[in-house]
Amino acid sequence: MSEVSAPASANDGSDGPFAIPAPEKKRLLVAALRALLPVDAVLDTPHDLTVYECDGLAAFRQIPVAVVLPRTEQEVVSIVKLCHAWDVPVVARGAGTGLSGGALPHAAGVLLSLARMNRIVSLDQVAGTARVEPGVRNLAISEAAAPMGLYYAPDPSSQIACTIGGNIAENSGGVHCLKYGLTLHNVLRLRGVTIEGELIECGSEALDAPGLDLLSIVVGSEGLLLVVTEITVRLLPKPPCARVVLASFSTVSQAGDAVAAIIAAGIIPAGLEMMDRGVAMAVEPFVHAGYDLTAAAILLIESDGTVAEVEDEIAWLSVLLTKVGAQSIAISHSESERLRFWSGRKNAFPAAGRISPDYYCMDGTIPRKHLGRVLESIQAMEAKYDLKCINVFHAGDGNLHPLILFDANVPGQWERADRFGSEIVELCVALGGTITGEHGVGIEKINSMCVQFSDSERAIFSAVKVAFDAKGLLNPGKVIPTLRRCAEYGRQHVHLGVLPFSDLPRF
Amino acid sequence: MSAPSALTQIQQQIREAASHQRPIRIRGGGTKDFYGESLRGEVLDMGRLTGVIDYEPSELVVTAWAGTPLAEIEALLATQNQYLAFEPPAFAPGTTLGGVVAAGLSGPRRATVGGVRDFVLGASLLSSQGELLKFGGRVMKNVAGFDVSRLLVGSLGILGPIADVSIKVLPCPRLEVTLAFEMTAAESVRAFNRWLRTPIPVSATSWWGGQARVRLSGMPTAVEEGVRQLNGERVPTAEAAIWWAQLRHHQHPFLNREQPLWRMSIPATSPLLSIAGEVLIEWAGALRWVRSTTPASDLRAAASALGGSAALWHGGPSQPMSAPLAPGVLALHRRLKSQFDPLGIFNPDRLIVGI
Repeated sequence: MSEVSAPASANDGSDGPFAIPAPEKKRLLVAALRALLPVDAVLDTPHDLTVYECDGLAAFRQIPVAVVLPRTEQEVVSIVKLCHAWDVPVVARGAGTGLSGGALPHAAGVLLSLARMNRIVSLDQVAGTARVEPGVRNLAISEAAAPMGLYYAPDPSSQIACTIGGNIAENSGGVHCLKYGLTLHNVLRLRGVTIEGELIECGSEALDAPGLDLLSIVVGSEGLLLVVTEITVRLLPKPPCARVVLASFSTVSQAGDAVAAIIAAGIIPAGLEMMDRGVAMAVEPFVHAGYDLTAAAILLIESDGTVAEVEDEIAWLSVLLTKVGAQSIAISHSESERLRFWSGRKNAFPAAGRISPDYYCMDGTIPRKHLGRVLESIQAMEAKYDLKCINVFHAGDGNLHPLILFDANVPGQWERADRFGSEIVELCVALGGTITGEHGVGIEKINSMCVQFSDSERAIFSAVKVAFDAKGLLNPGKVIPTLRRCAEYGRQHVHLGVLPFSDLPRF
Repeated sequence: MSAPSALTQIQQQIREAASHQRPIRIRGGGTKDFYGESLRGEVLDMGRLTGVIDYEPSELVVTAWAGTPLAEIEALLATQNQYLAFEPPAFAPGTTLGGVVAAGLSGPRRATVGGVRDFVLGASLLSSQGELLKFGGRVMKNVAGFDVSRLLVGSLGILGPIADVSIKVLPCPRLEVTLAFEMTAAESVRAFNRWLRTPIPVSATSWWGGQARVRLSGMPTAVEEGVRQLNGERVPTAEAAIWWAQLRHHQHPFLNREQPLWRMSIPATSPLLSIAGEVLIEWAGALRWVRSTTPASDLRAAASALGGSAALWHGGPSQPMSAPLAPGVLALHRRLKSQFDPLGIFNPDRLIVGI
């Protein structure tokens, strides 16, 4: 089973000028890398390279010329300097859990795995900070800080495996980011290597630094600007108590209204998630979470803080949910019950894989008020493309993860799933949202960038890229589509959330 | 004037200046002219581009044209019991939203809820061709392309004029209580950092003249619990509001005297600096205002040794406000500037002399 396992146009270099080197040049490059690095830090046999041919988006695969696994910043510097001198593309990779193909290798390039740079350099209990190398796993930071009563807040679903370096590249979120922010909000400082091998510090362990705020542009840059080698993250005190309210609704729009009512009442829950009946039906036989299968939509609302604070907030929530017409409400009374309520949401993706040979996960974000409308449109698209779609949302921040179910072995299904996904993404843009809330553009959504941004806006992205990496060697072919690609894609750029000819009916 | 016609005028002025390669000095309310390095060029008045474009309280987002007065936005949010949690300063009436973002200055909550950068969701930038370019959006999560809207925060206009901004708002806390403690500056920095590592809902801290003040904000139960644990002297509500407003808007006399005032931005847990002069502490120790006639090079070196920076806020010897950048970072600034503004017309020398 894979997210998408059908053939698709891989990163064939059509967005970059880098030709696949002749075997002789490959051999020379590998020899030069071996001269710089310990013997076990350069891989080039087909068997070893295959392990790295894709990330979490398995529809796109590519074998790089070589994989390098540096252990130190100095090794990273020497690798990028060599690649810069030889005009060889460099694709950085953490754990490879990304869902948009951001770590897809380049056929003419070196794959730079940062997995061995996995030391926690220091933890500062008094300052509430940790200095870490990029290959440290997200969850490992919280585990190391736990004895101090602290934790690292962003918790993408892959947190057990994904690395902090990858989180920086994607500006990863998680189910608690409405209250605690994204990666950017929880990183103070980073050090990275430019493609020319120069060390650059962005941000500061102070709360601001002179000059432009480069940290905000490097976080979320998907490996196109710097190879990050050290990060200082902010640690928060672990809330002493967390409880979950499970509420079910007979219509999706009621659930959407409930979300708006919670926010309007001045409550920012620690987590606010929604799933539709399709997901509840898929996960319940699998995890026995106790979901109401008669409901059209289920909300999971987490409250955290001190015991008294949580009790207060839960009381408010219960009154409010009843008022907006919840058909049933359950409150977790123990940690095991809280985890059981969450288990379905957390297993939505594996459950999709259980009921369907393949699925395709989308990641658009919309203003919350359009939730009902988007779900109705997705229902209509299910008929149009003759494929089923089940839906989970980070409802608090309007981030949708429709899971389009298909079978890659049935001819035409992947193509239909792909078009289905594009239509959802374009609807998100038309409603004033975005093509990707947290998974990144990578290679997967590169065509959709043509829809969200005008030529001049994309030219600014290219300008930023050129300022950092004039030769365009870092992760080429990702994030920023070429003009030619957009022309060939042929979709209209949607401006200000308004479709051209907005008076025409569209379905 | 309506926003569309103001925008057209502004775009025309930019194109005109660009065609003659004349520098432009971008101005909102003109309340922060003292902030940054040099003011050069003909004034581009963004103050005429006003109005709230969209505000939906349940979406927690307000979008407005850059020239919209901060006071107007805050008054609008207050009607829905919401606010700008980063508490931007208004040094004088007329402060605009665009100016808040371009300056990137935040108030007492910086250390606990974040700064301007953390709340910007999207912004439009005007290019030197007068084109309106949109980045980010009106949604909480958005990772499509580089986060250019947040790069504009604190850019002081060198990348171009900001035309509109979408900003995240938060519900007002249900209860706020300020506590006062008699303690030394060094004790206060230790105490602030200890308290910030607990679930006590601290939203602001300050120390001045032998007194530490701590503001707790949030759900009444959590605030009252924190009040019991910290066991300080409760400051009357009105007096507390005045205190935090004085710090936020720099109305406090300490921040307004003639002697040179240095802004030391350093890691919060840094020890007290051995520098002759009075100090006022904010942000749990991460922001230290120092009145001192110590040579600039000594102050800058002291801040830099701690991993921070010192800015000459006002008064004193004629020299750059901000600390110099590392050579590699400076080179990157030059390249970014020449990519965004190839003609070099937008606010030259304002953020960094020579850029």
